[in-house]
Amino acid sequence: MAKQKGKPDISIERCKGCGLCVEVCPKKALEMSEKINDRGLKYAVLTAPDKCNGCGLCVIMCPDCAIEIVGEDEGKEKGKS
Amino acid sequence: MAKRFTRPESMKDKATHYCPGCGHGLAHRLLCEVIDEMGCRETTVAIAPVGCAVLAYDYWDFDTMEAPHGRTPAVATGVKRVLPDRLVFTYQGDGDLAAIGTAEIIHAGNRGENLSVIFVNNGVYGMTGGQMAPTTLLGQRTATSQFTRRSATEGFPLKILEMMKDLKGVSYLERTSVHSPKEVLNTKRAIAKSFKTQLDNKGFSIVEILSPCPTYWGLDPVESMKRIETEVVQEYPIGVIKDSV
Amino acid sequence: MKKKYLSTGNEACGEGAVRAGCRFYAGYPITPQNELIAYMSVRMEEKKGTFIQAESELAAINMLLGASAAGARVMTSSSSPGISLKMEGISYMAGCELPAVIVNVMRGGPGLGNISTAQGDYFQATKGGGHGDYRMVVLAPANVQEMFAFTYDAFALADRYRTPVMILSDGMLGQMMEPLEIDEDMKPAGIVKKPWAMTGAKGRDAQRVVSLFLGDGALEAHNEKLQKKYREIEVKETRCETYNTDGADVIIVAYGLVSRMARAAADRLTAEGINTGLVRPITVWPFPYEEIKRASKDALQVLTVEMSAGQMLEDVRLAVQDDSKISFYGRMGGGVPTEEEIIEKVNSEQ
Repeated sequence: MAKQKGKPDISIERCKGCGLCVEVCPKKALEMSEKINDRGLKYAVLTAPDKCNGCGLCVIMCPDCAIEIVGEDEGKEKGKS
Repeated sequence: MAKRFTRPESMKDKATHYCPGCGHGLAHRLLCEVIDEMGCRETTVAIAPVGCAVLAYDYWDFDTMEAPHGRTPAVATGVKRVLPDRLVFTYQGDGDLAAIGTAEIIHAGNRGENLSVIFVNNGVYGMTGGQMAPTTLLGQRTATSQFTRRSATEGFPLKILEMMKDLKGVSYLERTSVHSPKEVLNTKRAIAKSFKTQLDNKGFSIVEILSPCPTYWGLDPVESMKRIETEVVQEYPIGVIKDSV
Repeated sequence: MKKKYLSTGNEACGEGAVRAGCRFYAGYPITPQNELIAYMSVRMEEKKGTFIQAESELAAINMLLGASAAGARVMTSSSSPGISLKMEGISYMAGCELPAVIVNVMRGGPGLGNISTAQGDYFQATKGGGHGDYRMVVLAPANVQEMFAFTYDAFALADRYRTPVMILSDGMLGQMMEPLEIDEDMKPAGIVKKPWAMTGAKGRDAQRVVSLFLGDGALEAHNEKLQKKYREIEVKETRCETYNTDGADVIIVAYGLVSRMARAAADRLTAEGINTGLVRPITVWPFPYEEIKRASKDALQVLTVEMSAGQMLEDVRLAVQDDSKISFYGRMGGGVPTEEEIIEKVNSEQ
């Protein structure tokens, strides 16, 4: 079974809906939500997890530390951004 | 369960007050990642400016003090001279550094203070409502250049780094941006080099980060990044302006 | 072991700082205090301290902000126009509760004024030249020995109360030479631990030195804390010298340089049958209201003498609370009151 790739875990409350992650995702796996968070802002959602290869560009672009890549296969050496 | 790209330890787990898509959030995180990787969170003293980032001490988990507007490099000089083995950096916006603080930044550089300066250039005064800054582009509309910035009356965008490159006390000047993942990672490299320059006692350095201000550029965050990529870099080209380290 | 020197007031002031453990000085050239900045450029080097001639008085006070926040004993000096440039920084020091010593060697004003002696910055020093509700301890030396001693004392006061302290001197006191006696074994006094300092969050939580309090009611609470400190300083640190005030018919109130001519005038008046005493405020903030009130209770005339249009005069009136007794003699723009002028003024008011 191919190594389990990590996926972005997006904090709904920490996200401010800036959309930068959606813009830079090479696989177009992220989209803005329809619903709004407690701040009244839309937030990013991983709508196509199968397309996501865990590259982390979304995290690099996030100004609010709202995204983490989780669920990595243990064997993979802990990547440094 | 392994995690990658987690929040840096030097960054508090706290939502920031910055607007959606603001570049301060990126700059804050990057310098914290560098501090984590250099292992110097406990020996860092930061000087926050007056401006949007005046509240930086709410987000950084290391000692931070506040300087009166523009006097950040002078305050940092005082700290660094008393504690030469600490990592001392100023974090300044374009109003703080290139307007009221022009004398302080130039003389701190000219004295060759072993300091690092993180200079966030977003072309407006954000905290006070989007007024024109020394780095506002010609033709840019702001709260105080409502007929756009015209050189005849409002002068030209100020290039602090280019102005300072001939100062012998200044050893490293680089302008970077955050308008794409590549640029963000490039900014991190530059910050690391600036901090290392300081810790190696190799003199004064500034990393100028071209940063978006969606709220007062009147653009959404994605358009703001595009504006940097297409317009701002024309006036403020990215790259190393001086490296005599 | 005491040693005698012949020193200018400015250099005595610098040595007082050095003996108090000041190891960070930032200044800027301005007459009439240039002897002090030159002196510190040598002494800081000798003591392995830091001397910086800043790009402006404004940058200098802000270097002090940082150096003080890092835990050092710090000093700057200037003269009237330069002190005006430092007012924002002084207000920040009060707000951040940072200790520092600021020396004002007053000169004629307003504006560029002249380089002669004056006392026209009394309001600026004691009523707050910077913004916000703050106070600053202000010591007023009257001779070269006090330029040394009060500067030395200022550092202990600054650290004890975490506050800026000003030495309010003037061009004549600064540049004239007089004997100066120094106890060669004296050590810095009032050294305190500074757990609040910006030294890096090693083994403790990260901390901040700021004067911004945006939370609801936070700044008000901070101000109440500051005011409590100022009340304590008023109770404990008011200093004043009284001379021949018991049963005096005339009381002269004068500080700094002018108190010397006032004392001579008082002696001659007393010899001529008008029993005249002197009250000399040493701290012009906290102001010695009680001492002046007490000394003037039975006096017929309370004459304030200043090298200004009459600034301390207002505090004397507050102390005496009886305008019928109040008289004033002042010289402005660098003019210096003479003994004879003071005597003539006392007689004319009889």
